Amino acid sequence: MTDVIRADLDWVDSFPTQQVAGYDVRPGRTMPFGATLVSGGVNFSIYSSAAKAVTLVLFKQGEPEPVAELPIPDEFRIGSVWSMTVFNLDYEGIEYGYRVYGPSEVDFRDRFDHTQILADPYARAFSGRNEWGQEPDRSNIYPYRSRLTFEDFDWEGDQPLRIPSVDLVIYELHVRGFTRDPSSGVAQPGTYAGLIEKIPYLKELGVNCVELMPVFEFDEFENSRINAETGERLYNFWGYSTVGFFAPKAGYAATGKFGMQRDEFKNLVKEFHKAGIEVVLDVVFNHTAEGNEYGPTIHFRGLDNRTYYMLTPEGFYYNFSGTGNTLNCNSPIVREYVLSCLRFWASEYHVDGFRFDLAAILGRGPDGAPLENPPLLESMAFDPVLTDCLLIAEAWDAGGLYQVGSFPNYRRWSEWNGKYRDTVRKWIKGDEGVVGDLATRLVGSPDLYWARGACSSINFITCHDGFNLADMVSYNDKHNEANGEHNNDGANDNNSWNCGAEGPTDDPEILRTRTRQMKNAMVLLLTSQGVPMILAGDEVARTQHGNNNAYCHDSELTWMDWNLVDENQEMLRFVSNMIAFRKAHPSLREGHHPHGGDPVGCGYPDVSWHGIRAWQPDWSPQSRLIAMMRNGHNIEGDDNHVYVASNTHWEDHRLELPGLPDGMRWHLFADTAAEAPADVAVPGREPVLADQHGISVGARSSVVLVGRAVAPS
Amino acid sequence: MDIKQSRSDDILVLKLIGDLDGRTAPAAQAQILEVLPSDERVLLDLSELGVVTSAGLRTMLLVYRQAQARNSTVGLVGLSQELHGILSATGFLTFFVVSDTVDDGLSELADVPAQRSGVR
Repeated sequence: MTDVIRADLDWVDSFPTQQVAGYDVRPGRTMPFGATLVSGGVNFSIYSSAAKAVTLVLFKQGEPEPVAELPIPDEFRIGSVWSMTVFNLDYEGIEYGYRVYGPSEVDFRDRFDHTQILADPYARAFSGRNEWGQEPDRSNIYPYRSRLTFEDFDWEGDQPLRIPSVDLVIYELHVRGFTRDPSSGVAQPGTYAGLIEKIPYLKELGVNCVELMPVFEFDEFENSRINAETGERLYNFWGYSTVGFFAPKAGYAATGKFGMQRDEFKNLVKEFHKAGIEVVLDVVFNHTAEGNEYGPTIHFRGLDNRTYYMLTPEGFYYNFSGTGNTLNCNSPIVREYVLSCLRFWASEYHVDGFRFDLAAILGRGPDGAPLENPPLLESMAFDPVLTDCLLIAEAWDAGGLYQVGSFPNYRRWSEWNGKYRDTVRKWIKGDEGVVGDLATRLVGSPDLYWARGACSSINFITCHDGFNLADMVSYNDKHNEANGEHNNDGANDNNSWNCGAEGPTDDPEILRTRTRQMKNAMVLLLTSQGVPMILAGDEVARTQHGNNNAYCHDSELTWMDWNLVDENQEMLRFVSNMIAFRKAHPSLREGHHPHGGDPVGCGYPDVSWHGIRAWQPDWSPQSRLIAMMRNGHNIEGDDNHVYVASNTHWEDHRLELPGLPDGMRWHLFADTAAEAPADVAVPGREPVLADQHGISVGARSSVVLVGRAVAPS
Repeated sequence: MDIKQSRSDDILVLKLIGDLDGRTAPAAQAQILEVLPSDERVLLDLSELGVVTSAGLRTMLLVYRQAQARNSTVGLVGLSQELHGILSATGFLTFFVVSDTVDDGLSELADVPAQRSGVR
């Protein structure tokens, strides 16, 4: 019986072979890239297709000047990878970076500059922005510093949840914005730890997936400026500008100043999973924080500019992202980089999926042209580690490529359905000529996703970008003056209607209409086939005062106001009951598109359309009234009928109801024209309708009925 | 880092004095693991702990894991507010029986039933 192998004791090569700059070193291991803790030391590995030499630069934590510079001996290089194991490093107290020397013959596509210290693109933690909003020292020669980390964590058996897509209800939130406001009442506001304290709220609301706006390390001070008119400091609050792709943002961690952000984020994921809530990350691989020709040199630019960025024939940066540069996603090197990053988050952090910002860029070739079969997207679709991960594309970019419905998908990718948002918004405000398109959106957009299935459609009416729900019914136009760009930023096509007054009003009739319109939106969203996504705060009618592009505000404008949970209890109750209703009715969330057949044999088509008269929908362009009947099984497997009527006309209408099978009666679940608490019932306890033949639907109102057997009293 | 060892009834008390960081953690860890008993209760008295870094926290987690594998329970007393905040934010606090004073810790540990095994 021999003892178990102890790699740290038994490896012949865990000893130094030589010294560099006074440090014990040996030729490193080429893989994995990045810095890895190994027996007795740290293995550093970095590649560059054209560099001629690389020096490892070590800092003592927080010191302005390096403590040592270790040129990696050329004999340590294999291919274009420099790797070196350095022994006896204080892994906690060290920050590291690289100087990379370009070839003597300068290529106009390269931007090597060995006077700059580069961060490790594979670094798993960064220091430099450890505490949110702490003014950085602009004279720092190395502002975003790579750190060494252990990656072990006590997961206590946690696994990604693998909730079937049909059952998902996504909730998009900003980690800091969600709990930063003092009204959140959490112990550590604005942090991962603070977010944990709000898990019970989310569970009660009924969502089972949170989509976190960017949590990869970014710099809130990027483009930070003072608004000349208000004197307010503006930040990069949203974080769509990545510095460190493998590192959770330290400034979102209550423990960031202790370098514990990885543990804190892992604990967040673990706690979400315990509550049955998946975690999806909003990731930004279309560009980096290095910006255009005038931007800072952080890593890629000085390491291998021509490999990592899409360049014009003249060597300038293509700008399909609208932010200065475009990551060259379909180069083999970058593809591998992105894949290893996603695998890392899926396996090391147990995240359940990703939403890809401006994902159309991920399908462009090195010259910017859209590819037929983009290698990166194909690789992600078939990657063995990512098999259970949601892959959600924001299927457009700032270069004019709009691929909603046509994103290269391999029957694997889903999409933020921008057409759903636009159509439903137009319908809600009462536009003409929308009714046919609306019907298509309600059944999961088969025109776009027939081959992929309804769950490829992530349905949303609002997201972080654009008006939130309360503003969608309170403003005709954006009001972005506080962004300091004279209201020129942000989208102009909001498809919004203020219900009679722009912004705040005391007019009770307008206020009632607004509440009704918000409820109408939630009725449509939560009875649509596909995966619904709710924007954080919409369930309590949070306002951003008409700002439809609040990316730069770290203030009450973007922070969740938790007083609204009490103030707008009516709205919160309506939304959570709607979510519960969706859960109780599997017919509303099947993977296939209903098409008028009767797959469960209940005697009714899986979807049918109705108008003033049952079975006679009005598809004319002037139509502002449509009713959808969905038939199938309820959660117990019994036959079940759901009837959703949406009236965007300014007059009431009386609708004839389709007949039900013997022994079944129509019950009223929701009526947005009714005063609370009659506006919505508890699923399963809906009152029976007195008149089984018809129902009155109020002006700009919706009604939801459920047909089921009368419960024996 | 100095570790003082004492015993109160059947509970081992280890008092950690000084800083617990990347420099001192490996030795402290080795020392603690060497005396870590099986099927018992251990109280770490942190009231005279100086600076604690992530390496120090790792040591505490490793002690917890090892204790669990040996069917022992670990209690903590004398946590600074800061350390309490870190352990709370990272979820590590739930691994330990946490008390204010050594006396409280001893009585709370005494109430803990024989530990489950850490091996699932």
